[in-house]
Amino acid sequence: MITYIGNNYSDIVSDLVQHLWLSLIPIVVGAGLALPIGYLAVRKNVFLQPVNNVGAIIYSIPSLALFLMIPGILGVGVLSPINVLVGLSLYTLALLSRTVADALISVQGQTTQAARALGYRPLRQLIGVELPMAAPVLFAGLRVATVANISLVSVGALVGSGGLGNLFTSGFQLGFTEPIIIGIVLSMLLAAVCDVGLVLLQRRVTPWTRVGAST
Amino acid sequence: MSIVAPVPMLNYFGYLFDGANWHLSGDSSIPERLAQHVGYTLAALVISALIALPLGLLIGHTNKGAFIAIGLGNLGRSLPTFGLVLLLVVTLGVYLWAAIAALVVLAIPPILAQTYAGIRSVDRAAVDAAVGMGMRPMQVLLKAEVPMALPLILGGLRSAMLQVCATATIAAYASFGGLGRLLIDGLNRNEYDQILAGAIMVALLAIALDYLGAGVERAVVSPGVREQRGRRSRRTRSEGPAQESPAVSTSR
Repeated sequence: MITYIGNNYSDIVSDLVQHLWLSLIPIVVGAGLALPIGYLAVRKNVFLQPVNNVGAIIYSIPSLALFLMIPGILGVGVLSPINVLVGLSLYTLALLSRTVADALISVQGQTTQAARALGYRPLRQLIGVELPMAAPVLFAGLRVATVANISLVSVGALVGSGGLGNLFTSGFQLGFTEPIIIGIVLSMLLAAVCDVGLVLLQRRVTPWTRVGAST
Repeated sequence: MSIVAPVPMLNYFGYLFDGANWHLSGDSSIPERLAQHVGYTLAALVISALIALPLGLLIGHTNKGAFIAIGLGNLGRSLPTFGLVLLLVVTLGVYLWAAIAALVVLAIPPILAQTYAGIRSVDRAAVDAAVGMGMRPMQVLLKAEVPMALPLILGGLRSAMLQVCATATIAAYASFGGLGRLLIDGLNRNEYDQILAGAIMVALLAIALDYLGAGVERAVVSPGVREQRGRRSRRTRSEGPAQESPAVSTSR
């Protein structure tokens, strides 16, 4: 195990870095798209059910099948990293647009009425009141999406860009367990580190939840 | 393949709409691959349910060892499925049971965690009422707790089913059958129409299985429980800041 890491140190590091990019870019893209879509679904109630249904359908499509449908739609090569990035962005979007809608619905009622009575306009109410109040639910969704993406990236090794998944395929081809175990451990560690990072970020942006809990 | 130069769109669907690929058996038979895929998925799901359901019920009912259910659920979510399949195949050998074992290992955490969460989510007053009516522990579990926990338990089974179906696709890389074969063979031969045929069939299968799960859920969950859950989620809308809810999802 130690000798394998020593001999392949630079490969493992570059796989790890690629893994991080392939999982985090889709989170940013997916979350960025999910906010307006989720908001729209709550404001225009007719969109709520379709958004949830389409999201559920996308989320149920197996990753390898989704990655390999994208070249047919976008016209990119089968081995292009675009496929993995777009596929994971779609999963993130499908998961988070529903989370955003649920989170915004959960804070409606007295709170938003109070904000309106204080003279908040819709956009300021969204940014200043609804999103902060919805933060715990939003972060829960973000954590699930991040951990899911990190474990899914490795499937991309079958279509040319898999980060740590490259260790799985090379381990399988050589009949060695070492690279596979290293890949699994690093992937899970990466997921744990990102999860802790999101928890810390959440504590930073929602200081009032801690005050409430400690009294 | 037609002799006339095909329009790109037609070429995409050449494999899927080639009647020769729809014979009931043979190397390029789509129905046979489909049957294998459903077989792997159901076998893994049944085995993992036999292990995880009783364990989840026990942990939920006694509330002992809750950290096992929660910890396994979290660990399972971050476990890279592709790596686990290849690890077991390299360790145990290229046998079908090794791949099924990997699928079982993947399916246990969501079922266990959701079964536990379902039992714990049952209103304690209802459990006390069941005890007060003279129900034995087993009756309390089967007649009070399980029916009320059913939506969450079935949710766990459904996400496990989707995960197994998705991972069975990747297992084709380690030279197993199922619909993933079309994807992997198409990749190796650089034939996009075969890849797309596999991708469409796998996606349709997953969507159909999920709908089937939703139908089962509607059929077996008692109307009273469904109504109560709906009322509860509506009530929380007017109550202050949003709370975290246990996320019912796993990776594909």
